[in-house]
Amino acid sequence: MSTLHTVNKSPFATQALLSCLNHCKDGDAVLMIEDGVYGGVSGTGMASMVEDKMKSVTLYVLSPDLSARGIDAARLIDGIQGTDYAGFVELVAKHDRTQNWL
Amino acid sequence: MTTKKFLYVNRKAPYGTIYALESLEVVLIGAAFEQDVSVAFLDDGVFQLTKGQDTGEIGVKNFSPTFRALGDYDVTKLYVEAESLAERGLTKDDLQDIQYEDEDDDYAEKPSIIIVNRAEMADVMADQDVVLSF
Repeated sequence: MSTLHTVNKSPFATQALLSCLNHCKDGDAVLMIEDGVYGGVSGTGMASMVEDKMKSVTLYVLSPDLSARGIDAARLIDGIQGTDYAGFVELVAKHDRTQNWL
Repeated sequence: MTTKKFLYVNRKAPYGTIYALESLEVVLIGAAFEQDVSVAFLDDGVFQLTKGQDTGEIGVKNFSPTFRALGDYDVTKLYVEAESLAERGLTKDDLQDIQYEDEDDDYAEKPSIIIVNRAEMADVMADQDVVLSF
């Protein structure tokens, strides 16, 4: 039993990503979408917390939202996987529930 | 009809945005479908349950008394995160006293608010069939 969490806000604007990571269970997945993709960038004030959580949780970013914001995938924290809309659907189908952190 | 476990997650303060009121409306609508409903309050969502709200001078409806009616719709599990309260300088005593009548126990009045820590809140979330966020 696992949950797909989505985060759509910048971690520098709201606590959505922080709260999400604090409530994830081992084996869950977190997909960063829309402004949430800023949470996946390396070298930010949030990066160490995200890196730490990646030991137990799989992290994804929605690549079209990354591209839209001019962020090269090479700037992502190592281990974060890019996915497209079809991959988003597969993630939803693969998990028992989806929880959106607004 | 199969009963599913529904959790409504509240993370926003009550009057700055429409989320909190919309959540309450959806909880009441959902209650009509006789599902196993729980409601979670964490982060700024805990502000929704504070007592003494008076919106008379800001021109919007004070919907906080409605939380006390949820028990009549069999919504009797209101999970409130202890860490979120503490971070905001709140204690349980700052929240409304919300009770329900337990029809299986001679209609004894029982508290609806369940204070849980962050790990317990994560367990509540992971135990659901459907999670709706506001």
